[in-house]
Amino acid sequence: MKEVIKAVGHVFIKMPQGLLVTLKHLFKKPVTLDYPRKKKPMMPRYRGRHYLERYDDGSERCVCCGLCAAACPADAIYMEPEEGEHGERRAKVYEINLLRCIFCGFCEEACPEEAIFLGQEYEFAADKRNSFLWTKEDMLVPHPRKDNPFKKIIRRVRKVYGVTEQ
Amino acid sequence: MWEIVIISSIKVLLVVVAILTGCAYATYMERKVLGHMQHRIGPLYAGPYGLLQPVADGLKLIFKEDIVPDNVERTTYALAPLLAFVPSLLTFAVVPFAADVDMFGYRITGVISDLNIGILWVFAVTSLGVYGLVLAGWSSGSKYSMLGAIRSSAQMISYEVAYGLSIIGVILIANTFSLREIVEQQASITDWFVFRQPLGFLLFITCAIAETNRAPFDLPEAESELVAGYHTEYSSMRFSTFFISEYANMIAVSSVATTLFFGGWQGPLLPPILWFCIKVFLFMFLYIWLRATFPRFRYDQLMAFGWKVLFPLALLNTIVTAGLVMLTDWL
Repeated sequence: MKEVIKAVGHVFIKMPQGLLVTLKHLFKKPVTLDYPRKKKPMMPRYRGRHYLERYDDGSERCVCCGLCAAACPADAIYMEPEEGEHGERRAKVYEINLLRCIFCGFCEEACPEEAIFLGQEYEFAADKRNSFLWTKEDMLVPHPRKDNPFKKIIRRVRKVYGVTEQ
Repeated sequence: MWEIVIISSIKVLLVVVAILTGCAYATYMERKVLGHMQHRIGPLYAGPYGLLQPVADGLKLIFKEDIVPDNVERTTYALAPLLAFVPSLLTFAVVPFAADVDMFGYRITGVISDLNIGILWVFAVTSLGVYGLVLAGWSSGSKYSMLGAIRSSAQMISYEVAYGLSIIGVILIANTFSLREIVEQQASITDWFVFRQPLGFLLFITCAIAETNRAPFDLPEAESELVAGYHTEYSSMRFSTFFISEYANMIAVSSVATTLFFGGWQGPLLPPILWFCIKVFLFMFLYIWLRATFPRFRYDQLMAFGWKVLFPLALLNTIVTAGLVMLTDWL
């Protein structure tokens, strides 16, 4: 008799309770993001692909000092220096192997010239291994441009490492 | 004479087309509802809101390679999908889906064939469906298919008993086997047999889910145990024939449940055929809802539940209803 009462209770109380749970969840907002169409807003501190900054006049900030390569724990950065038109030192070759890079951001921290930054982009899938070897031309920001997308990041880096505004 | 043939043919054509479209969109509905119940979105890319997904799936299945494994029993293997598919459509021959209408000077009934033993036809035909599954499992020459087939036959036989007994209450009250007359007796909502046969309805819907091999009674095709059960070795259009037959069975059972317990096409304001569709739709939703909610039975639990719970309850329901009907007649 006890078992019968228990079973009836299951049918008329427990099972509708379960059904109610699924019904409630039917009207909740799905957590799925419609990815390629909609993208998740990235955190300001997110470390994505690398950028090489320029001065306002368009000349490269990077002086090829090699500190980023020294700081890189994955040994992903390779560079060769050369002399520029006005006798300044700059990078002839500046390569980052994105397959080796662990996006730790140490290069960004090590850079005394504030030349290298990690941006927000994370979609650099490719079908050839060679295309993961990013050269200077791939990473340099285009010269005439309206806004600096790294202003926030630069400010953050300066704040974190106690660099005063220039 | 010829008019009858033409009218019947048109009705058959319409019903078959409606059922096949319904099956296609039942898959869409299942994926959508199940998805949203799990905080997912479901199909989204083919057409607006993924509405063309069934079309895309159908095209894909047609163009897939039809793989026939080496150690299959060829004739039976080819025949099994059809044996599962045809009975699932045959059910609709007696299901009344609309009221009678006068059109072009003829009286057109809302049912393909108004058999006076309609409900027996439904049960006879749905039981035939198990042959397709058993033969598919046996002829595939694979252990998973075989296990699925064995489970399927054991489950069908066990639940057939309670399934048949659960509707006897309705037949006793309605005093007819004709589905059309049963619908006509449920003109208003208070006359619905679900209120006079609540236990009968619960038993019916439970057994119906087991009969159509749906969760939580989906042991014949338990993905996590048997790969895919009886249709493991099938591919391409043969697989989709099984798939369609499963959904057609679901729609058939929903239609029968609507007819027997929820007044069929009867309803206010809206045209009868729409009422019928709405009620069937709600049943299909119930199917998906149950699938999203309850876990699968263990095999021994399934058998114990069928024989020790459903069968005695169905018997009890039959005896009590028969007694009450006799009592009201006698008074």
